[in-house]
Parts: sequence; C-alpha cells; structure tokens
Amino acid sequence: MNSATVRNLLVRGMLAGLAAGVLALVVAYFLGEPNVDSAIGFEDAHSHEHEMEVVSRSLQSTAGLATGVLVYGVAFGGIAALAFCFALGRVGRFSPRATALLLSGCALLAVYVVPFLKYPANPPSVGDPDTIGKRTTLYFLMMVLSVLLAVGATILGKRLSPSLGTWYATVVAVAAFAVAIGLAYAFLPVINEVPKDFPATLLWRFRLSALAMQIVLWGGFGLVFGELAQRLLNPKPAAATSGRAVPAAH
Amino acid sequence: MAQSVAQPTATNPVVPATLPLKAIAPWAVFFGILMLILLYFVGAEQGATSVFSGTDVHEWVHDARHLLGFPCH
Repeated sequence: MNSATVRNLLVRGMLAGLAAGVLALVVAYFLGEPNVDSAIGFEDAHSHEHEMEVVSRSLQSTAGLATGVLVYGVAFGGIAALAFCFALGRVGRFSPRATALLLSGCALLAVYVVPFLKYPANPPSVGDPDTIGKRTTLYFLMMVLSVLLAVGATILGKRLSPSLGTWYATVVAVAAFAVAIGLAYAFLPVINEVPKDFPATLLWRFRLSALAMQIVLWGGFGLVFGELAQRLLNPKPAAATSGRAVPAAH
Repeated sequence: MAQSVAQPTATNPVVPATLPLKAIAPWAVFFGILMLILLYFVGAEQGATSVFSGTDVHEWVHDARHLLGFPCH
C-alpha cells in the first residue's frame, strides 16, 4: 500500500515535471532564444574560424531545446516527488498541496538560484572552451553543496523547533544556511570569462530569461504536482475547499 | 519525530501521515540514480566528460544547456 503510494507519487511527479517543462519551454523559446541567437551573432562576428554545423540552428532552437528542457523537467520532477515522499508530514503540519509548493520553492532556491548567483548561466561566446571541465565541476559542486546545506538547514530547524519554537527555529536555520552559502561563495574560485566587448544588456537579458525559465518550471511543478498529490492522498474534497463550505471551527 | 506526526483533531483534520522510509528507499535509490543520469546527459555529456564520442549529444541539447544554466563550452 505504502510502496504503491510512493510509486503513484513518483509517476505524478514525473508527469508534473513534464507539464512544467512545457511551460518552461514556452518561456525558453520566446524569451531565451532571441538572446541565444544574438549571442551567436556576436560569436560569428568576432571569430574567424567557422566550425561545421553538426546540428542546424533551426533544430537546436526547437527540437533540441525541447528535448533538453523536457528531460530536465521530468528528471527534476521525479527527484522532487521522491523528496516530497520524505518531506510529507515530516517538515511540518502542511497539507500535501502546501508541502509540494514549499518543496518546489526550496528546490528553486537550492537547485538553481543559489548556484546561479555564484556561477550564472552564460550565453554562447561567453566561456573559454579550455576551462569547461573546471567550470562544470564547480557548477555541479555548488549545486550539490547548496542542496545538502538546504537539507541540513531543514533538519537543524526541526531539531531546534521544540526548544525555540517554529518561528525562531526557522530563522536560525535560514541564517545558518545563508552563512554557510556565503562561506562557499567566498572560498570557491571566481569565474569571469565574458569577452571584453560582449554587450552587457544582452548578458543581463540572457540571464534574466534563464532565471524566468526556472521560476516558471518550479512554480508550475509545485502547483501541478501539489494538485495531483492532494487528490491522490486526500481523495475526499475537504470541506474548506468547496464553495459551500460549512464554517470551520477556527 | 513521533509527536510531530499527524494527530487528527477537530481543527486540523488533513495533516498527512508520513510515508515509511522503507517504502520510499527502493524507489529513491533506483529512480534517483536514473533521474541523475538523465540530468547528466542534458547537462554535461560531451562537454566536460564523454560517455559517447563525438559532439552529437552536445550539439542537440546545446541551446537547452545554455538556457538551463549548465556550463556549455
């Protein structure tokens, strides 16, 4: 029974991730792609060696983009659903829907925003091909570190909450997370490989569109998965959610 | 942990029960690894490291890799 519940949640998580991926794909295509094209235009104008195209631009910006974004959505949807199974009823007295949205918000921060503030997304022509190994290692390291510290901060908050109360325990946990992330930012190496005359506005717009994709992805996931999980776990509609609710006791 | 688990009361009837770790673990291990492999292929294959030779995977997900924030090239 419980194993079946986990399986059902996992399937719903992957489907919600796919749906959120579709939403993020719309943002990527309409907000992100124009910036990718401008950056490639800059690259072509400043480089004299022309590489042979393995995959055409029209495929990269449509089917290729869709493959990447949807697989990313499904994969993180599955992982988030498994994290949801752990978190449900353990992080606090939240309904499945609220737990899902809370988890998505934390995932957006820990998986994307925290690594992004140290190692932001870069458009084509920003980045030295010779340092790809170092940059990839540091990016994944920052991502793993951020997720582990977020889990650690959550556990710390739960441990402290009987003695400090939920409010102060949460404040202490968030502060501990911020200090630990600050130390990681301070000690991990800086990477700045933006070409000298690369347009600053293009870099800014590219990074904003990358951030917008993630906000839509995780926001969409939290809402869709929360709805699916709520219906799976609380099949009877709660009185408080229907239009003609009986006045609740509180 | 036990005291924070669902205690249905009149004012808060919808606090969910926790799922036992034993039920989650096999799914988490198997699908967790599978999902991480998918992320590897979207985010890093034929960039920093390669399982397959060539650049087809890299070129196919090129735009997604840039826009999803992974270091690309």
